[in-house]
Amino acid sequence: MNKLIRFIPLILCVALGVVLYRGLFLNPQELPSALIGKKVPEFQLTKLLDETSIITSADLVGKVVLVNVWATWCPTCKYEHPYLLDISKDERVVLYGLNYKDDRQAAQQWLQHYKDPYVFSIFDEEGTLGLDLGVYGAPETFVIDHYGVIRKRFAGAIDTRVWQREFVPLITQLEAERAKGI
Amino acid sequence: MKLLKTLFIALVLVGTTNLAYASPVDTYEFQDEVTKIRFQALTKELRCPKCQNQNLADSNSPIAADLRREVYNLLEQNKADSEIVDFMVDRYGEFVLYRPKVNSMTYVLWFGPAILILFGVVVVIFVVRKKQQQVNETQTLSAEQKDQLKDILNNK
Repeated sequence: MNKLIRFIPLILCVALGVVLYRGLFLNPQELPSALIGKKVPEFQLTKLLDETSIITSADLVGKVVLVNVWATWCPTCKYEHPYLLDISKDERVVLYGLNYKDDRQAAQQWLQHYKDPYVFSIFDEEGTLGLDLGVYGAPETFVIDHYGVIRKRFAGAIDTRVWQREFVPLITQLEAERAKGI
Repeated sequence: MKLLKTLFIALVLVGTTNLAYASPVDTYEFQDEVTKIRFQALTKELRCPKCQNQNLADSNSPIAADLRREVYNLLEQNKADSEIVDFMVDRYGEFVLYRPKVNSMTYVLWFGPAILILFGVVVVIFVVRKKQQQVNETQTLSAEQKDQLKDILNNK
């Protein structure tokens, strides 16, 4: 028994070492969103491509919806763009853009130049919807289920690997939930 | 030597002036002194979600500027401090609080250190008592040992 006690400090040190070592590989930017499980906040904003048409939170309900926060000032958004074009062909989801704190003209040009993956983009010049969603940078992507509830927030660029790992399982799960609900 | 000293002082001064410039300067007009103090306290207490080791008051990032403006607007709307903190937590999560709320998730954080110290004190008391007991035990001799001791001394 006494011999065992002598090893306790060593064991504690090793355990602490393991915990701290694992901490080196955590991504501190991956924050849990405060909005998971909550309804999409109310908003009233215009379409990026059409100043006269107004979008509200009700327009985002019905299917599995992805809302991708993007801006022309965001270099990572450029990296992400081709993958978004791929995702826009996926029939299981509807992809909307949230043009965040951007210039309308510049954003319109960007979509002309790089092609438009979004069904439509919401124009959030002041970042008010961004604030309500807890956005702290771009790109960020939110997953909204059939009932208008936010189920996931992903901060960072989407590529094929991220899509397969982070999104596809959730979309499958949401579809299963929907099927059960009916 | 004197030259070195002045040089050192000059370097320190240059360093501190640079530090003063590092903090962002907003030009908000407050209704009164109390609101200003509340603004300063709130922006110190709230963490910037992007640059995670800085509070809103210290950070130069655009999101921190936005959130400072939001805090200012909420103060202008005569919201209470707790309402403003809740507003931020609702959007950015508990993470934005430098002083997290006491709840089941943060018990370890709040009470862990005290419990560890208590545990340490208990261990120390335990060890000291045990040592003392051992000392006492070795100091008292049984009757048999006393006889033996006498024999040894007498035989000399």
